[in-house]
Amino acid sequence: MSWFRRDIPDREKLPRPENGERKVKTEGLWQKCDKCRQIIWKKELETNWNICPKCTNHFRIDAPTRLRLLLDGGEFQEFDHGLVSSDPLAFVDSKPYTERLKAAQAETGLCDAVIAAEGNIDGLPVEICVHDPRFIGGSLGAVVGEKIARAIERCLATRKPLVIVSASGGARMQEGAVSLMQMAKISSALMRLDEARLPYISILTDPTTGGVTASYAMLGDLNIAEPGALIGFAGPRVIEQTIRQKLPEGFQRSEFLLQHGMLDAVVPRLEMKAFVSQALRFLAA
Amino acid sequence: MDGNEATTEQALPPEPGPAWRRVLLARHPKRPHSLDYIERIFTNFQEIHGDRAFGDDAAIVAGMARFEDAPIVVVAEQKGRDTKQRMYRNFGMPKPEGYRKALRAMQLAAKFGRPIVTLLDTPGAYPGIDAEERGQAEAIARNLREMARLSVPVIAVCIGEGGSGGALALGVGNVVLMLENAVYSVISPESCASIIYRDSGKAESAAASLRLTAEDLLQLGLIDHIVPEPVGGAQEDPALAAENLRLHLRRHLSELASMNGPELISHRYEKFRKMGDCFV
Repeated sequence: MSWFRRDIPDREKLPRPENGERKVKTEGLWQKCDKCRQIIWKKELETNWNICPKCTNHFRIDAPTRLRLLLDGGEFQEFDHGLVSSDPLAFVDSKPYTERLKAAQAETGLCDAVIAAEGNIDGLPVEICVHDPRFIGGSLGAVVGEKIARAIERCLATRKPLVIVSASGGARMQEGAVSLMQMAKISSALMRLDEARLPYISILTDPTTGGVTASYAMLGDLNIAEPGALIGFAGPRVIEQTIRQKLPEGFQRSEFLLQHGMLDAVVPRLEMKAFVSQALRFLAA
Repeated sequence: MDGNEATTEQALPPEPGPAWRRVLLARHPKRPHSLDYIERIFTNFQEIHGDRAFGDDAAIVAGMARFEDAPIVVVAEQKGRDTKQRMYRNFGMPKPEGYRKALRAMQLAAKFGRPIVTLLDTPGAYPGIDAEERGQAEAIARNLREMARLSVPVIAVCIGEGGSGGALALGVGNVVLMLENAVYSVISPESCASIIYRDSGKAESAAASLRLTAEDLLQLGLIDHIVPEPVGGAQEDPALAAENLRLHLRRHLSELASMNGPELISHRYEKFRKMGDCFV
């Protein structure tokens, strides 16, 4: 009898996986951290709110996870969930915008790039709008503009504070000037919130650029960012093309903005709720 | 034979599409810039400078003037004509200090009850290291919010290139006008093309997709009126182009004159609040 048998007679009789797929999957179990280049077990990353357990690099998180992190018991009442863009430009590039929307909706289970909701932060009721970076880059279009404008109007009606968590590449190109005007629409509404002396805390996360930074993300009574987030007006590639030189390390990251006086604080993800809660209690009482 | 046909086609490039033709006209080297309109439409123009914090940005021109004898504040984005001037005006791309100067001038107008006319003409806010360091995004954002609060009539006119947030930072008006051949867009056709086609050379078809002409914006409900230009474009007869704009300004200023401060603020708010009613 040899040590090894080349042929396994019963192999053919082993139960075949359905539809020919292998049962054991290794793909997607591990992820490499962009910062420390270490391999992380994805499950460990997920249970740690997408923070690298080795170097505390903050990976992006989706809007539902963000709401679970910030709101008491992860409970919230969502508003205007079903608003869908009507494609005002009938925009077509490599594929029609309507198909792009459908694909993003299928992937995320959201109808557009923001969840607008009401919930409690340590018992204090707030209106909260959270960008989902998975939905066409979290971009600002007519639906996002309308949801945030309505959230601000709810704040005015019920005298609640406002929290917006940005994670967005900026205005949505596929809605052209319509998306551009959302910047003015939301900023005008924030003027009313300001006049009513209701607190607005803007939380900037990776990435917050373009028209979102150049409107509501920078207009908080407090502007607070997560560590290492890309925050800026022009994207780094655009700037490199304009000035034709490499950008310095750490340019347009949260810490850079803090140093240049554009942010009130850089707060790690797991301390964010406590920070916001304490600040709101100070401002809203 | 085939080869010959191909060369003929190359020799005669196809007529530019209507949207791209507008982009070319809006950027025409001879097109009147803000100061060309200011000197023809206003009198006694006194320029004011500086943001009181960092510096003076030549890409933004602001000042006090008279419009048909009535006091008015003008804030405008200015491009240069020759190379030296273009460099001086930073190709019409304002930096944060420019937007802050603009806001200072507009708040001065509000304080003393003078109406405001803004002229929009920029490829976009300057994308550079220094602009980012000094808070380009914050400067634009603040202008959007503070323009909404101005208690005097504001008329914004896009006279050439309405380059995204860089133009909108002066664009929150009770009345928003566009010259016939001006364009107003969320992104330049070149950048749009490099994103969607990975080729900035396809700007022409991107321009068509973006719906950036005055007619498009009027149809989308984002502007109030189109100011007609002389045949062939404003560069053919700058005096006539300025005269057309003067007539529009006269009409809208007298319409807005009947409103008081709070009415003007809520008029402006309601106008922008309705924009982008495109969802189901």
